[in-house]
Amino acid sequence: MAAVRSSMNKLYGLCFHHAAGLKAPRLLQNRAFRVGAVHHQQPFDSSLEKPQFPGASAEFVDHLEFIQPNVISGIPVYRVMDRQGNIINPSQDPQLSKETVLNFYQKMTLLNTMDRILYESQRQGRISFYMTNYGEEGTHIGSAAALDPNDLVFGQYREAGVLMYRGFPLDLFMAQCYANADDLGKGRQMPVHYGSKDLNFVTISSPLATQIPQAAGAAYAVKRENINRAVICYFGEGAASEGDAHAGFNFSATLECPLIFFCRNNGYAISTPTNEQYRGDGIAARGPGYGMLSIRVDGNDVFAVYNATKEARRRAVAENQPFLIEAMTYRIGHHSTSDDSSAYRSVDEVNYWDKQDHPISRLRHYMTTRGWWSEDDERSWRKQSRKTVMEAFERAEKRQKPNPELLFSDVYEEMTPALNKQKEALSRHVQQYKEHYPLDLFDKYLP
Amino acid sequence: MAAAARFFIRGAHSKLSISGVGTGAHSSFGVTLLKLSPNCSSRTKSQRRHAAHFTYQPDPVPTQYGPTQKMNLFQSVTSALDNTLASDPTAVIFGEDVAFGGVFRCTVGLRDKYGKDRVFNTPLCEQGIVGFGIGVAVAGATAIAEIQFADYIYPAFDQIVNEAAKYRYRSGNLFDCGNLTIRAPWGCVGHGSLYHSQSPEAFFAHCPGIKVVVPRGPVQAKGLLLACIEDKNPCIFFEPKILYRAAVEQVPVEAYTIPLSQAEVLQEGSDVTLVAWGTQVHVMREVATMAQEKLGVSCELIDLQTILPWDTETVCKEECFLNLEAPIARVCGYDTPFPHIFEPFYIPDKWKCFDAIKKMINY
Repeated sequence: MAAVRSSMNKLYGLCFHHAAGLKAPRLLQNRAFRVGAVHHQQPFDSSLEKPQFPGASAEFVDHLEFIQPNVISGIPVYRVMDRQGNIINPSQDPQLSKETVLNFYQKMTLLNTMDRILYESQRQGRISFYMTNYGEEGTHIGSAAALDPNDLVFGQYREAGVLMYRGFPLDLFMAQCYANADDLGKGRQMPVHYGSKDLNFVTISSPLATQIPQAAGAAYAVKRENINRAVICYFGEGAASEGDAHAGFNFSATLECPLIFFCRNNGYAISTPTNEQYRGDGIAARGPGYGMLSIRVDGNDVFAVYNATKEARRRAVAENQPFLIEAMTYRIGHHSTSDDSSAYRSVDEVNYWDKQDHPISRLRHYMTTRGWWSEDDERSWRKQSRKTVMEAFERAEKRQKPNPELLFSDVYEEMTPALNKQKEALSRHVQQYKEHYPLDLFDKYLP
Repeated sequence: MAAAARFFIRGAHSKLSISGVGTGAHSSFGVTLLKLSPNCSSRTKSQRRHAAHFTYQPDPVPTQYGPTQKMNLFQSVTSALDNTLASDPTAVIFGEDVAFGGVFRCTVGLRDKYGKDRVFNTPLCEQGIVGFGIGVAVAGATAIAEIQFADYIYPAFDQIVNEAAKYRYRSGNLFDCGNLTIRAPWGCVGHGSLYHSQSPEAFFAHCPGIKVVVPRGPVQAKGLLLACIEDKNPCIFFEPKILYRAAVEQVPVEAYTIPLSQAEVLQEGSDVTLVAWGTQVHVMREVATMAQEKLGVSCELIDLQTILPWDTETVCKEECFLNLEAPIARVCGYDTPFPHIFEPFYIPDKWKCFDAIKKMINY
């Protein structure tokens, strides 16, 4: 009780100092500012001409001038290869092994092949919905390759290549899209809402940007564990407009989290072009506003993405601070199978990106220049990858849907009496009206 | 914030009466002003503010959890948090102003005791606080997030309803944020008005995946809060702010839990069932006594405690009420925002509840 009382007195003492500022001793009115990752307390001294405000560290200026946002020549775009796949500055070539580079290429093309087949399967009514990754394969593979397998990934919905790079099997991609009995998510979510605990890929949710402050929290917990582990958070330039994005950026900077923010700026949020999404210099320019180190990269250059992510990861963990990478790219496909983008952009524009600036062709040129990949390799790889995708597809098609009992579990960790009652009620109901329910598609449900 | 200011001014009086304390010279500007003005007497009848609408009824001293200590509600919360930080090295507490002890003093002393990486301020952003808390929980650490007033929980509604509540279900149990507990001061306080008086549990009551809990006093608060923290589901714990200082009990010093989703029958009765939670339990206790004395009516009193998932078994006995002799009466605020000066007319006080019973037995 005494301990509580004295801490209460201490509390009142503090309140008094803040409220009755005129008489408070100077010693307690310290101004704190940040240099690097260290806090400095500067003694309050009104004899100096420098501003003494706690809120900002700056000089005085005596002429009125508004700072001009620079969108004409904004933050430059870091790249390693030109659009034809030639290395520009050899010092920037990460000089990855042939095996590694071939793996990059094969993962990007396998993703592309899976996208084509699953998009088509939706058009044919076999799955309910799909989102392709066309044009953004470089952002996925380049960043995933730069991380440790233990690094925790929070995604938005267009990062399937990250999961593919980490080794998520085709069967499980398909299982989720078909919501069959092999789906790790137990058939509860729409297609492309993947997740994998083993591969440290947090399950996707539909609301945009909600993962951003969550990634900051996860990074904070990871920091306290004091192991070599980072968190990466993917989102699009549209999601970056959400309040949750602002929250996540601010929290990660103030709480000093080992976190990489990776923004895929692909030019569109469904039909909304970037000039209707923001008026400043993209997403990278917001980073400094939060006190965050930021970079803009060519997202279609897999080596640029790799280099930036690798360095950001190294420093985020070493220095416990967040990094912002804005990967400029282009969404070649429609937003989803529910979208027809010819309604809001020209075929010419799409063709330009598909033909003149594509991450897959740029990397292929890099490989062919070095004699690492021939026409024959290309032909046989296309045939092989298409075959493996088709086989997985056929298996997924045939597989039963999960047991309808799984409608009721995992709401809470434990089943509640109310849910048990509802589960039994459904079971009795379906038993009585079974001809009206698609039971033959599902795992055996009725006794 | 008005509540915090009120404690502050009361504190000023006690400060001045303690001689020899270094800060005695720094008297509150407001107190001095009031003393100088001849017309401002705090004892004028017209200016005296309403007394509380209830009399706090302490629980009996618990004997099964070890030694106890006198604590008010905010101290019992501090005690629960202290126990948690001591036993769970992953536990962290965060929110606006928690570092210096919190605007209701629930986190006093914890930062000094456990370190600034475990008890820390966040920027002023409720959606961030809850989103961040979800992330901490997903990464396997125990997250205790404070929302400064329940009235400000709405920016976090998306994170709570669309994310926290659904994390386990939508991932097929690959991921969950069961390690998350959200705490917020709740309910009327005499002068809180629209934005410092709200009881938003109804907005969350139909959201599968979260638990919502409201204690009636310090012993319950500590046990239920520890149960929420231990529970493997995201929980929202609403703390009746009017009870923070008014409710004083002998509270066990060690950690203990009170089960969630179990309503408590505080008083057996045969004629009418009264169901309440939080502050209102104490109003209903008085109502039960009034009903017995003035009407000869025997009331059963149930403290619901957990709003979601609620204990239908104790309240309803069957799926629904098969045999009632009168319709159910709900006595609550009106369909208006929570008013300031009209609070004494707005709240479901003992007279309104008593009158509802009277009408019920004469149905």
